[in-house]
Amino acid sequence: MRFGIIRWMLIGLIATVLPSVGLAEWGNVNMPKGVTEISREVHGLHMTIFYICCIIGVLVFGVMFYSIFKHRKSQGVRAAEFHESTTVEILWTVVPLVILIAMAIPAARVLIKMEDFTGSEMSIKVTGYQWRWQYEYLDEGISFYSQLDPEHNAARQKDSDVDLTQFDNYLKEVDKPLVVPVGKKIRFLHTSADVIHSWWVPAFSVKKDANPGFINENWALIEEPGVYRGKCTELCGRDHGFMPVVVHALPQEEYDQWVSEQQDLMAENASQTDRQWTKEELIAQGEKVYGASCLGCHQAEGQGIPGMFPAIAGSQVATGNIETHIETVMLGVPDTPMDGYASKLDDIDLAAVITYQRNAFGNNLGDTVQPYQMKSLRQGLNQSRAVVLDQFDITRGVN
Amino acid sequence: MSYADTNEDVHHGDHDHHGPAPGLMRWVTTTNHKDIGTLYLWFSLIMFFIGGAMALVIRAELWMPGIQIVDPMFFNAMTTMHAIVMIFGVVMPAFVGLANWMIPMMLGAPDMALPRLNNWSFWIMPFAFTIMLSTLFMDSGGPAGGWTLYPPLSLQMGDSFAFVIFAIHFLGISSVMGSINIVATIFNMRAPGMKLMQMPMFVWTWLITAFLLIATIPVFAGAVTMLLTDRFFETSFFSAAGGGDPVMYQHIFWFFGHPEVYILILPAFGIISHIIPTFSRKQLFGYDSMVYATASIAFLSFIVWAHHMFTTGMPLAAELFFMFSTMMISVPTGVKVFNWVATMWRGSMTFETPMLFAIGFVIMFTIGGLSGLMLAITPADIQYHDTYFVVAHFHYVLVPGAIYSIMASVYFWIPKWTGNMYDEKLGKIHFWVSTIFVNVLFFPMHFVGLAGMPRRIPDYSLQFADWNMIASIGAFGFGFSQLMFVYIIIKCVRGGEKATGQVWEGARGLEWTIDSPAPYHTFEDSPIITSDTVTR
Repeated sequence: MRFGIIRWMLIGLIATVLPSVGLAEWGNVNMPKGVTEISREVHGLHMTIFYICCIIGVLVFGVMFYSIFKHRKSQGVRAAEFHESTTVEILWTVVPLVILIAMAIPAARVLIKMEDFTGSEMSIKVTGYQWRWQYEYLDEGISFYSQLDPEHNAARQKDSDVDLTQFDNYLKEVDKPLVVPVGKKIRFLHTSADVIHSWWVPAFSVKKDANPGFINENWALIEEPGVYRGKCTELCGRDHGFMPVVVHALPQEEYDQWVSEQQDLMAENASQTDRQWTKEELIAQGEKVYGASCLGCHQAEGQGIPGMFPAIAGSQVATGNIETHIETVMLGVPDTPMDGYASKLDDIDLAAVITYQRNAFGNNLGDTVQPYQMKSLRQGLNQSRAVVLDQFDITRGVN
Repeated sequence: MSYADTNEDVHHGDHDHHGPAPGLMRWVTTTNHKDIGTLYLWFSLIMFFIGGAMALVIRAELWMPGIQIVDPMFFNAMTTMHAIVMIFGVVMPAFVGLANWMIPMMLGAPDMALPRLNNWSFWIMPFAFTIMLSTLFMDSGGPAGGWTLYPPLSLQMGDSFAFVIFAIHFLGISSVMGSINIVATIFNMRAPGMKLMQMPMFVWTWLITAFLLIATIPVFAGAVTMLLTDRFFETSFFSAAGGGDPVMYQHIFWFFGHPEVYILILPAFGIISHIIPTFSRKQLFGYDSMVYATASIAFLSFIVWAHHMFTTGMPLAAELFFMFSTMMISVPTGVKVFNWVATMWRGSMTFETPMLFAIGFVIMFTIGGLSGLMLAITPADIQYHDTYFVVAHFHYVLVPGAIYSIMASVYFWIPKWTGNMYDEKLGKIHFWVSTIFVNVLFFPMHFVGLAGMPRRIPDYSLQFADWNMIASIGAFGFGFSQLMFVYIIIKCVRGGEKATGQVWEGARGLEWTIDSPAPYHTFEDSPIITSDTVTR
């Protein structure tokens, strides 16, 4: 009778466990396989150690449950007297040790491969900021920032009432993705301008901390074109959950085309910086920049959050002396979450957002600041944090 | 000689008045190990609900995608404070409380070696936590950079920063004093004739834990003091701009932090090594190997710290070393699990509530241990690191691990403490309800973690929505079912079936040779330990 119950329980256990082992291939409950050789090997290690754990679990729990069902006082069992055995102690020390050594060898092999940075064909510097990424293509001279898509950013605000199901990749979409070629060994150089971040793309098995003042190395050789998404994985403050990573991997020709487009854009941008902008142009551009860079703390109507983030509407800074306003935006306010934006925004965006702040939310001052003015200001700016950090860049972990 | 005799008579005459002092002052001025143990345990229970409420804020916000309830900054403060409260305010005080109650009774000692220090160790804690929790009400909000306080993020904290650091210092002083007391008691107060290898396992695990605490708490104190001077006195230990290194903080922190996780689990190993033999009516299997395994785990815990830091950019050699040393820990841990199973094997088992919690501990702690083995594989850890997979792992070892061992020990020893049996039926319901919900709560976290959900985020992509909702259901179920625990305790304190001195049929050790409830003073005359006396 008792055995019948056990048999049914075992069948039940198998019936629940087997499908979940089958589901191990289903993306939502398991680690995805990835599109680099390394990520597939990591996935292989993961599955191997998972199955080893399952076998150990089944054996240990099997013995235990057998004992629980058979060795009960209510079954009239009298307790045995034994309480030590050097032989079994040695056995269950040595057997796990052997399993571990068998597991350590392939793990070490993959790790050594992951840490081999030699022979890279291009380098991209990835800098973490609160809360965005900067990508610098060291050979092509391309540089831009990448942050949460503005629509997603609006939707994720508290009480936004936006229907999130309209987004295919909620919180995993950026305004400007990283674009890379397939089939090339790409070296990533990670650093940060403020706190520690961590750049993670699961499909590449690439996760590395971005430490301020230091450079970490990493690499990936992507085999298939596609869009790959990841996240910041090191707690980096209020908006840690909102700095996704999106990588577009393109075939070489398309990538080359993208590079030349970017270089044209940058030339265009440089000429835009030097021209005179109208107030309306600046405000229109400034509104976009505000939405992406300021709104998270200072809120949609510039009202801030009392006690945490000061208001911009009617504030002393935004309605006072323009030099003070520029300085606050560019250099930040020490010991507060307000960081300097000199290193985060280009001259056009800086000029635009300052002009916008002085003319929106009822701050109708009517004055403007021009991009070329920002450019000359920046040249005199030696105290910015970015500059200080650049002087102290130290390479870590070079093999 | 005659003088001594007279003196003894006078002393004996006083005995009747040696009860507790009347009124509230009893608890403030007490130096009695049982009173102080009780204070620790009540304190821990209250903090359990405070920390639990914070967890429910987290799970409520994560109920569905989007931000509905709290600001992300407050969310971060909740994750940070939940950890600090649960580690320093719940698990550690509960173990110290159990040590206070049980170690003197297990050793046949009249009290702890340093009773006044003992009073201090406890009374620092409520003040430290008042300071710590008060930061939540400050304008700048509580600490929100994670309980690990990594700089530079922790240096961005507002006015609460100095309060948090000082509260940590107070808690550290309390822990170190408590540990010194435990070590002094174990080395000096054992009943004459009790050898170290005759000590009960709970005493052994606590002896080793106390050494871990004495060795690591000062390191933590040093780390947070460096944060303090970086913030207020313009040093730059952790700032590259001044020649420092933020990663150095992580090395120092985890040199404390990894032994700390064993501080949270070794006493649990001791408790389980009492409960399983008792209800199997069979001696603990492999006592010697249990002691050696505990000591090995403690030793290894000092050389694995950087496995928390595989993504920080360490050299390959360091990554290999820490991978191998971390994998090694599973050997002594495995020995412990195998010994418990061997203790049950061919025993004569009954399944009262303490045994249910102990078996629940062994199974679910092992699940957490196995996911720990997966995390040791460095290339895979680089994928797991800072995802919900890690959250699932350490909650499995801490909630159905450490917390279950504490609940098991309360059910196991409360008849000795109060003289009353608890309500067995309610105890069993408490176990089953908790066990179902705790798995509903934490098991899905493995899935979302592997699928790519980072930890410490207030909002997440839609693909994680289903499992998060299930986890939140589990969280509320588990949280509210703990009200049953409080009800059962209060009911037992107020009355119930009278317990015998022996309490449990299979119980062994000196604490079961005295009456239930244990008299206010026990073992004023040392028991004589002979080779026949059962001490373990």
